[in-house]
Amino acid sequence: MASKPARPRSPHLFSGPMQLHYRWSPAMTASIVHRATGDGMATIGTLLLVWWLAAIAAGPAAYGVFLDVFTTSTGSLNLLGWIVGVGLTWSVFQHMMSGIRHLVMDTGAAFELKVNQRLALLTFVASTLLTIAFWLFLGNK
Amino acid sequence: MGTEIGRVRGLGSAGHGAQHWWHQKLTAGTNFLLIVWLLASIATLPSYDHGTVRLWLHSAWAAIPMALLIASVFYHFRLGLQVVIEDYSHKESRFVLTVLVNVFTLATAGTAIFSILKVAFGATA
Repeated sequence: MASKPARPRSPHLFSGPMQLHYRWSPAMTASIVHRATGDGMATIGTLLLVWWLAAIAAGPAAYGVFLDVFTTSTGSLNLLGWIVGVGLTWSVFQHMMSGIRHLVMDTGAAFELKVNQRLALLTFVASTLLTIAFWLFLGNK
Repeated sequence: MGTEIGRVRGLGSAGHGAQHWWHQKLTAGTNFLLIVWLLASIATLPSYDHGTVRLWLHSAWAAIPMALLIASVFYHFRLGLQVVIEDYSHKESRFVLTVLVNVFTLATAGTAIFSILKVAFGATA
Protein backbone atom coordinates (compact mmCIF):
# COMPACT_ATOMS: atom_id res chain seq x y z
CA MET A 1 0.00 0.00 0.00
CA ALA A 2 2.63 2.50 -1.06
CA SER A 3 0.01 5.06 -2.17
CA LYS A 4 -1.14 5.68 1.40
CA PRO A 5 0.19 8.86 3.03
CA ALA A 6 2.61 8.48 5.90
CA ARG A 7 0.67 7.81 9.06
CA PRO A 8 1.55 9.61 12.26
CA ARG A 9 4.09 7.48 14.05
CA SER A 10 3.67 6.33 17.59
CA PRO A 11 5.95 8.48 19.69
CA HIS A 12 9.32 7.04 20.58
CA LEU A 13 12.02 8.63 22.67
CA PHE A 14 14.78 7.46 20.37
CA SER A 15 14.81 7.13 16.60
CA GLY A 16 17.89 6.96 14.43
CA PRO A 17 20.90 8.45 16.20
CA MET A 18 19.21 9.04 19.58
CA GLN A 19 16.63 11.46 18.15
CA LEU A 20 13.87 12.45 20.53
CA HIS A 21 10.31 12.68 19.25
CA TYR A 22 9.26 14.41 22.40
CA ARG A 23 10.89 17.52 23.77
CA TRP A 24 12.62 16.37 26.94
CA SER A 25 11.07 17.84 30.08
CA PRO A 26 12.23 18.03 33.71
CA ALA A 27 9.28 15.83 34.70
CA MET A 28 10.66 12.98 32.55
CA THR A 29 14.07 13.33 34.21
CA ALA A 30 12.52 13.41 37.68
CA SER A 31 10.45 10.33 36.85
CA ILE A 32 13.26 8.12 35.59
CA VAL A 33 15.70 9.34 38.27
CA HIS A 34 13.09 8.51 40.93
CA ARG A 35 13.02 4.95 39.58
CA ALA A 36 16.81 4.72 39.19
CA THR A 37 17.55 6.02 42.72
CA GLY A 38 14.85 3.71 44.12
CA ASP A 39 16.31 0.68 42.35
CA GLY A 40 19.86 1.62 43.36
CA MET A 41 18.96 2.00 47.02
CA ALA A 42 16.79 -1.15 47.00
CA THR A 43 19.71 -3.25 45.74
CA ILE A 44 23.11 -1.70 46.55
CA GLY A 45 21.77 0.37 49.45
CA THR A 46 19.99 -2.60 51.02
CA LEU A 47 23.04 -4.87 50.81
CA LEU A 48 25.26 -2.16 52.35
CA LEU A 49 22.78 -1.39 55.16
CA VAL A 50 22.41 -5.09 56.00
CA TRP A 51 26.18 -5.60 55.82
CA TRP A 52 26.69 -2.62 58.18
CA LEU A 53 24.11 -3.92 60.71
CA ALA A 54 25.43 -7.51 60.51
CA ALA A 55 29.00 -6.24 60.98
CA ILE A 56 28.00 -4.26 64.08
CA ALA A 57 26.37 -7.42 65.48
CA ALA A 58 29.27 -9.71 64.50
CA GLY A 59 31.95 -7.71 66.32
CA PRO A 60 34.99 -5.44 65.90
CA ALA A 61 36.77 -7.69 63.36
CA ALA A 62 33.80 -7.88 60.99
CA TYR A 63 33.14 -4.17 61.48
CA GLY A 64 36.79 -3.48 60.67
CA VAL A 65 36.41 -5.29 57.34
CA PHE A 66 33.41 -3.06 56.51
CA LEU A 67 35.35 0.09 57.44
CA ASP A 68 38.46 -1.01 55.52
CA VAL A 69 36.53 -1.24 52.25
CA PHE A 70 35.45 2.40 52.41
CA THR A 71 38.23 4.15 54.38
CA THR A 72 41.99 4.64 54.21
CA SER A 73 44.38 3.70 57.02
CA THR A 74 44.00 7.23 58.46
CA GLY A 75 40.25 6.73 58.87
CA SER A 76 39.16 9.14 56.14
CA LEU A 77 37.02 7.99 53.22
CA ASN A 78 38.76 6.42 50.21
CA LEU A 79 37.56 6.88 46.61
CA LEU A 80 34.98 4.07 46.89
CA GLY A 81 33.81 5.51 50.21
CA TRP A 82 33.22 8.90 48.62
CA ILE A 83 31.44 7.48 45.56
CA VAL A 84 29.17 5.18 47.60
CA GLY A 85 28.66 7.70 50.41
CA VAL A 86 27.79 10.69 48.25
CA GLY A 87 25.91 8.49 45.74
CA LEU A 88 23.70 6.95 48.40
CA THR A 89 23.00 10.17 50.30
CA TRP A 90 22.15 12.00 47.06
CA SER A 91 19.90 9.07 46.08
CA VAL A 92 18.15 9.22 49.47
CA PHE A 93 17.56 12.97 49.22
CA GLN A 94 16.58 12.88 45.52
CA HIS A 95 14.13 10.00 46.05
CA MET A 96 12.76 11.81 49.13
CA MET A 97 12.26 15.15 47.31
CA SER A 98 10.84 13.38 44.26
CA GLY A 99 8.57 11.36 46.56
CA ILE A 100 7.27 14.56 48.18
CA ARG A 101 6.59 15.83 44.64
CA HIS A 102 4.59 12.65 44.01
CA LEU A 103 2.55 13.19 47.19
CA VAL A 104 1.81 16.79 46.08
CA MET A 105 0.74 15.60 42.62
CA ASP A 106 -1.41 12.85 44.19
CA THR A 107 -3.62 15.64 45.52
CA GLY A 108 -4.18 16.78 41.92
CA ALA A 109 -1.94 19.84 42.30
CA ALA A 110 1.08 21.00 40.26
CA PHE A 111 0.01 19.64 36.88
CA GLU A 112 0.14 23.07 35.19
CA LEU A 113 3.11 23.11 32.79
CA LYS A 114 5.19 25.86 34.43
CA VAL A 115 4.58 24.73 38.02
CA ASN A 116 5.15 21.11 37.08
CA GLN A 117 8.50 21.85 35.42
CA ARG A 118 9.64 24.06 38.30
CA LEU A 119 8.71 21.46 40.91
CA ALA A 120 10.56 18.74 38.98
CA LEU A 121 13.69 20.94 38.73
CA LEU A 122 13.36 21.90 42.38
CA THR A 123 13.73 18.25 43.46
CA PHE A 124 17.24 18.22 41.95
CA VAL A 125 18.22 21.56 43.47
CA ALA A 126 16.92 20.52 46.89
CA SER A 127 18.52 17.06 46.88
CA THR A 128 21.89 18.44 45.78
CA LEU A 129 21.83 21.19 48.44
CA LEU A 130 20.79 18.69 51.13
CA THR A 131 23.61 16.32 50.12
CA ILE A 132 26.17 19.14 50.27
CA ALA A 133 24.79 20.28 53.64
CA PHE A 134 24.91 16.72 55.04
CA TRP A 135 28.56 16.19 54.05
CA LEU A 136 29.61 19.68 55.17
CA PHE A 137 28.04 18.89 58.55
CA LEU A 138 29.97 15.60 58.74
CA GLY A 139 33.20 17.28 57.64
CA ASN A 140 32.95 20.14 60.13
CA LYS A 141 32.14 18.00 63.18
CA MET B 1 -18.13 -25.98 35.85
CA GLY B 2 -14.47 -26.00 34.86
CA THR B 3 -11.35 -25.25 36.87
CA GLU B 4 -11.03 -22.28 39.21
CA ILE B 5 -8.54 -20.51 36.94
CA GLY B 6 -10.92 -21.05 34.03
CA ARG B 7 -13.76 -19.36 35.90
CA VAL B 8 -11.57 -16.44 37.04
CA ARG B 9 -10.02 -15.72 33.61
CA GLY B 10 -11.45 -12.70 31.84
CA LEU B 11 -13.44 -11.49 34.82
CA GLY B 12 -11.27 -8.39 35.23
CA SER B 13 -9.07 -7.25 38.09
CA ALA B 14 -8.94 -8.95 41.44
CA GLY B 15 -9.90 -5.64 43.06
CA HIS B 16 -6.71 -5.29 45.11
CA GLY B 17 -4.97 -2.71 42.92
CA ALA B 18 -5.57 0.26 45.21
CA GLN B 19 -4.01 -1.52 48.18
CA HIS B 20 -0.57 -1.70 46.54
CA TRP B 21 -0.65 2.02 45.70
CA TRP B 22 -1.93 2.98 49.14
CA HIS B 23 0.66 0.92 51.02
CA GLN B 24 3.39 2.51 48.87
CA LYS B 25 2.11 5.93 49.97
CA LEU B 26 1.77 4.97 53.65
CA THR B 27 5.29 3.57 53.79
CA ALA B 28 6.57 6.65 51.91
CA GLY B 29 5.37 8.71 54.88
CA THR B 30 6.84 6.39 57.53
CA ASN B 31 10.07 6.09 55.48
CA PHE B 32 10.40 9.88 55.50
CA LEU B 33 10.23 10.05 59.31
CA LEU B 34 12.53 7.05 59.88
CA ILE B 35 15.14 8.01 57.27
CA VAL B 36 15.32 11.58 58.66
CA TRP B 37 15.87 9.99 62.09
CA LEU B 38 18.62 7.68 60.72
CA LEU B 39 20.45 10.48 58.85
CA ALA B 40 20.29 12.73 61.92
CA SER B 41 21.50 9.89 64.17
CA ILE B 42 24.42 9.01 61.89
CA ALA B 43 25.37 12.68 61.48
CA THR B 44 25.41 13.29 65.24
CA LEU B 45 27.29 10.13 66.29
CA PRO B 46 30.49 11.21 68.11
CA SER B 47 32.59 8.71 66.10
CA TYR B 48 32.19 5.69 63.85
CA ASP B 49 34.31 3.03 65.55
CA HIS B 50 32.70 -0.30 66.47
CA GLY B 51 32.29 0.46 70.16
CA THR B 52 30.49 3.77 69.60
CA VAL B 53 28.19 2.49 66.87
CA ARG B 54 27.36 -0.72 68.78
CA LEU B 55 26.58 1.20 71.98
CA TRP B 56 24.27 3.47 69.97
CA LEU B 57 22.38 0.52 68.39
CA HIS B 58 22.27 -1.26 71.78
CA SER B 59 19.93 1.43 73.09
CA ALA B 60 16.20 0.82 72.61
CA TRP B 61 15.99 4.43 71.36
CA ALA B 62 18.00 3.34 68.30
CA ALA B 63 17.14 -0.37 68.03
CA ILE B 64 13.35 0.14 67.88
CA PRO B 65 13.31 2.85 65.18
CA MET B 66 15.96 0.90 63.23
CA ALA B 67 13.79 -2.25 63.30
CA LEU B 68 10.76 -0.17 62.25
CA LEU B 69 12.87 1.40 59.48
CA ILE B 70 13.75 -2.04 58.14
CA ALA B 71 10.06 -3.05 58.11
CA SER B 72 8.88 0.18 56.45
CA VAL B 73 11.69 0.73 53.94
CA PHE B 74 11.96 -2.93 52.90
CA TYR B 75 8.19 -3.27 52.37
CA HIS B 76 8.28 -0.01 50.36
CA PHE B 77 11.13 -1.15 48.08
CA ARG B 78 9.52 -4.57 47.63
CA LEU B 79 6.37 -2.83 46.33
CA GLY B 80 8.49 -0.55 44.13
CA LEU B 81 10.61 -3.33 42.63
CA GLN B 82 7.39 -5.25 41.86
CA VAL B 83 6.16 -2.31 39.75
CA VAL B 84 9.48 -2.09 37.90
CA ILE B 85 9.35 -5.83 37.13
CA GLU B 86 5.75 -5.56 35.94
CA ASP B 87 6.71 -2.66 33.67
CA TYR B 88 9.69 -4.27 31.96
CA SER B 89 9.39 -8.03 32.39
CA HIS B 90 6.77 -10.35 30.92
CA LYS B 91 5.79 -14.03 30.82
CA GLU B 92 7.98 -16.48 32.77
CA SER B 93 10.74 -14.03 33.71
CA ARG B 94 8.18 -11.80 35.44
CA PHE B 95 7.16 -14.67 37.69
CA VAL B 96 10.74 -15.70 38.43
CA LEU B 97 11.89 -12.11 39.16
CA THR B 98 8.89 -11.42 41.40
CA VAL B 99 9.66 -14.53 43.45
CA LEU B 100 13.35 -13.51 43.62
CA VAL B 101 12.41 -10.02 44.86
CA ASN B 102 10.34 -11.57 47.65
CA VAL B 103 13.18 -13.91 48.59
CA PHE B 104 15.71 -11.04 48.49
CA THR B 105 13.48 -8.80 50.63
CA LEU B 106 12.77 -11.47 53.26
CA ALA B 107 16.39 -12.66 53.42
CA THR B 108 17.86 -9.17 53.83
CA ALA B 109 15.10 -8.02 56.21
CA GLY B 110 15.54 -11.17 58.32
CA THR B 111 19.32 -10.67 58.55
CA ALA B 112 18.89 -6.99 59.43
CA ILE B 113 16.27 -7.59 62.15
CA PHE B 114 18.35 -10.46 63.64
CA SER B 115 21.44 -8.23 63.74
CA ILE B 116 19.53 -5.37 65.42
CA LEU B 117 18.03 -7.71 68.05
CA LYS B 118 21.40 -9.39 68.69
CA VAL B 119 22.97 -6.01 69.45
CA ALA B 120 19.95 -4.75 71.39
CA PHE B 121 19.66 -7.85 73.63
CA GLY B 122 23.42 -8.48 73.85
CA ALA B 123 25.68 -7.51 76.75
CA THR B 124 26.48 -3.81 77.07
CA ALA B 125 30.25 -4.10 76.51
